[in-house]
Amino acid sequence: MDETADRQAPPVPAGDGTRRAAIGAVAAATAVGVAGGAFALAERAGLLDRGLRITVNGQDHDVQADPATPLLYVLRNEIGLQGVRFGCGMAECGACTVQLDGKAIRSCVTPVSQAARKSVTTLEGLGTAASPHPLQRAFVDQQAAQCGYCIPGMIMEAEAFLRTTPKATNAQIKTALSGHLCRCGTHYRILRAVAAAAKA
Amino acid sequence: MATHEPFAPTRRDFVKGVGGLIVAISLPVYLDVRQAAAATVTPPGSFGPATVPADQLASWLAVGKDGVVRVLTGKVELGTGTITASRQIVAEELDVAFDRIEVVQGVTGETVDQGYTAGSQTIRTQWASGLRIASASARQTLLSMAATRLGVPAAQLTVKDGVVRGGGKSVSYTSLLGGAALPGTVSQQAKTKPSSAYQVVGQPLKREDIPDKIFGRFTFVQDVRVPGMVHARVVRPARPAPLEAKASPIAQIIHGTLAGASLDGVDESSVQHLPGFLKLVVRKDFVAVVAEREEQAIAAAQALKITWKDGAPLPDQANLYDAIRSARIGNTRVIQNQGDVDGALAGAAKVLQATYTHPYQAHASIGPSAAVAYVHDGVAEVWSPTQGVYQLRGAVATALGLQPQQVRVNYVEGSGCYGINGADDASLAAALVSQQVGKPVRVQFMRADEISWENYGTPMVMDLRAGLDASGRIVGWDYHGWTANRGGRPNWNIPSGVLAGFPEPPPPPSPPPSPPLGDDGLNSTPWYAFANERVTSYGVYSPWLFTGPLRSPSRLQNTFATESFMDELAAAAGADPIAFRLAHTSDARLAAVINRAASAAGWQARPSPAPAQTGAVRTGRGIAAVRYEGNSAWVAAIIALRVDTASGAITVTQVAVAHDCGVIVNPDGLRNQVEGNIVQGLSRSLKEEVKFDRSGVLGVDWETYPIIGFSELPDDVRIELIDHPELPALGAGESTISVIGGAIGNALFDATGKRLRTLPFTPDRVRAALAAAG
Repeated sequence: MDETADRQAPPVPAGDGTRRAAIGAVAAATAVGVAGGAFALAERAGLLDRGLRITVNGQDHDVQADPATPLLYVLRNEIGLQGVRFGCGMAECGACTVQLDGKAIRSCVTPVSQAARKSVTTLEGLGTAASPHPLQRAFVDQQAAQCGYCIPGMIMEAEAFLRTTPKATNAQIKTALSGHLCRCGTHYRILRAVAAAAKA
Repeated sequence: MATHEPFAPTRRDFVKGVGGLIVAISLPVYLDVRQAAAATVTPPGSFGPATVPADQLASWLAVGKDGVVRVLTGKVELGTGTITASRQIVAEELDVAFDRIEVVQGVTGETVDQGYTAGSQTIRTQWASGLRIASASARQTLLSMAATRLGVPAAQLTVKDGVVRGGGKSVSYTSLLGGAALPGTVSQQAKTKPSSAYQVVGQPLKREDIPDKIFGRFTFVQDVRVPGMVHARVVRPARPAPLEAKASPIAQIIHGTLAGASLDGVDESSVQHLPGFLKLVVRKDFVAVVAEREEQAIAAAQALKITWKDGAPLPDQANLYDAIRSARIGNTRVIQNQGDVDGALAGAAKVLQATYTHPYQAHASIGPSAAVAYVHDGVAEVWSPTQGVYQLRGAVATALGLQPQQVRVNYVEGSGCYGINGADDASLAAALVSQQVGKPVRVQFMRADEISWENYGTPMVMDLRAGLDASGRIVGWDYHGWTANRGGRPNWNIPSGVLAGFPEPPPPPSPPPSPPLGDDGLNSTPWYAFANERVTSYGVYSPWLFTGPLRSPSRLQNTFATESFMDELAAAAGADPIAFRLAHTSDARLAAVINRAASAAGWQARPSPAPAQTGAVRTGRGIAAVRYEGNSAWVAAIIALRVDTASGAITVTQVAVAHDCGVIVNPDGLRNQVEGNIVQGLSRSLKEEVKFDRSGVLGVDWETYPIIGFSELPDDVRIELIDHPELPALGAGESTISVIGGAIGNALFDATGKRLRTLPFTPDRVRAALAAAG
């Protein structure tokens, strides 16, 4: 049995921000970083002068970070969001999942430059306690968390998935979330919550 | 349920005796990075009292002028829901509304030192001697005050929602205290409520932290921000060559453990020019880079040119268990020695012996550990996900050359820990770095820092020998267990401390010869009744990988061995595994969980293995049970599985668990724990083993240390919770995980007739066992 089979990213559409594409981008940035600074590369590319604007949860932000910086750090440290989390930095666990133009992506391996002129949605942008998204309501109803560190990624993945597969079966939900890890063992509650939202 | 703003901002309003130093920077957890606050730093001094007197009511409870009941607890929320259950206990015994209770947890000098939050002890402790008793004591005190105020005898007073009524009059707790501290002391003899009166205890109340976690408002320690804070990353002995396991360039930035290596040389010029770079911190072999921004610190850690000298090699993993068995014994403990074991075995009709082994396993928290520390003007403040704020305070004080009172540790919840993950290590690292840069420093480990430098769960070797008489009864039981430890609970002997040059203490010496205690609380002593029984454990000197408590430490390993061996004995006696267990116990609650699980699973009584099956896929079922730690919960698990004999892959198809931990404070919280124990237990039993070669750990990420995922979980999970409202609360955080491995191994034997005695049951091991003769 291939023990890593379920570690593969879920079947998201190919293109910008998928795990495969993003790894390449970060690998390139990393190599440059070691060789003399991703900053230098960005400078040569003229990206710094141009500035970088991203839209997060409907609000525009001018990014201060080097364009090669993973989107994760911009969301957390510049914009101050706590609904996006660092887990592995290698697109293996899903904790950092946000949506880019509605698609679930791994923000830990997605350079912020890839989000330019695109719309980023984080957990905070989905709903609020006063006006919760059906998935959020289901997660609260099912008490679908222990430590809760993985939960933002789970919800963002599930939200993108249910939009394309509204009447998902339990088996489909399991597959959709198979690229997301939870160590507390909250899986059954997460599945119940997503299933409840799918039926809602 | 109403959601609350974080409680802590008001905590110093009511905590008495905070000494001369009120640190204006004391609440950075709640600072918004978008509005960098201009907090000022206070003059040097020390933080308040060294300890908080546990006998004073005011150390546990306060009633604010706003009527809010503030609970101060030394046991912290690790993501298991214990704070919610603790609030229920207080609401019940103090007769106040659950929604009017706020909790302050884990601050040195402010909350009582209740020891580590660990070992399934939180609710048990709060029930037996902590918050429940403090609340009952406070209620008595308040009733007595009300009796005086109202002129009505206390015996004629009743309380509801914090309002005392009697003789046609009423007064609230709030009014009785007027914002002053609760007077008086905790009485361990305080009268507690009869279970028949419970209205809050036993209810599945929803957790208050969950909405914040679902709406992205929860502040983990990873989110702590302090004005002027800079970012650091540790740089640890790395393998000289990229890992073969990874083909991508990312592999080149992964640092696996290089065991025992020491710093050879470091070239600061390799990072000095990087944007935002601030400082290279070196203290013996402890190395960290500091930068203004987090991504800059990561880039500097990757770019730093550093060389390490090889240390002593690790054992060959293929021979780990022989290495443990033959290592120098640090201490020997005779835990149980009753009857005449040698005589009983000599006279037995049949003697069985078997060796069980358990590997190093990782806590494998999803969020790598993080901490913030600010060392300045002779004081240190630390924001940490530690399980023991007071113990960490001592370690930080030692490492920084400060007195404990010059250090304040504030607990802030992190990613789930399941024992000593990198929480204390990251905290110590942040303190060491902050001392050298004089600024608030945030350290977050990278994935490889966390998972390859953990204090892993300990590997164990367990030899068991037992004799059966002609009727199939066990007449003698002999256990010898070897545990390999290095380091552990927060002290300097966690990786950052050892790398920084603090000496590692030798293993504790053997205790003086004395009558055996009968039980070490580690499940070494079986929970079945044998007339002749000997239990001996050996702590061996193992200067290899760091170890420390991992959910059900040693208990899981011992339970696996005991319950597997009970199954071997049952098979040798030709008995049904459940009937055999029941025949060897007079413990009614153990029998109850076994029977309840059997009924939930639809157990069909017959000996194992199952009648011969044809085809490549075989099915089986197995049971394991435990009286946890000899004095805690009773659990039984029955697992059904199928095994593909061609691939060796196990698919668990059903799990049934019956659980009895006395009074159930919050049934949904308990169920959440049992579910989590099942999932983590399946993962550890089927997949998890820290792989290493002679120079260091090979498991550095989720592909090289895989854990279970959604697609591998059985759909059919049946959980039976047995409630005893009239009995004390026991632990539930780790009892269930201890029986999962045994139940799987026994089911595998049932399916195939082959016994696997080494965890985890990977397809390779299963295939090898199936191919073996006999």
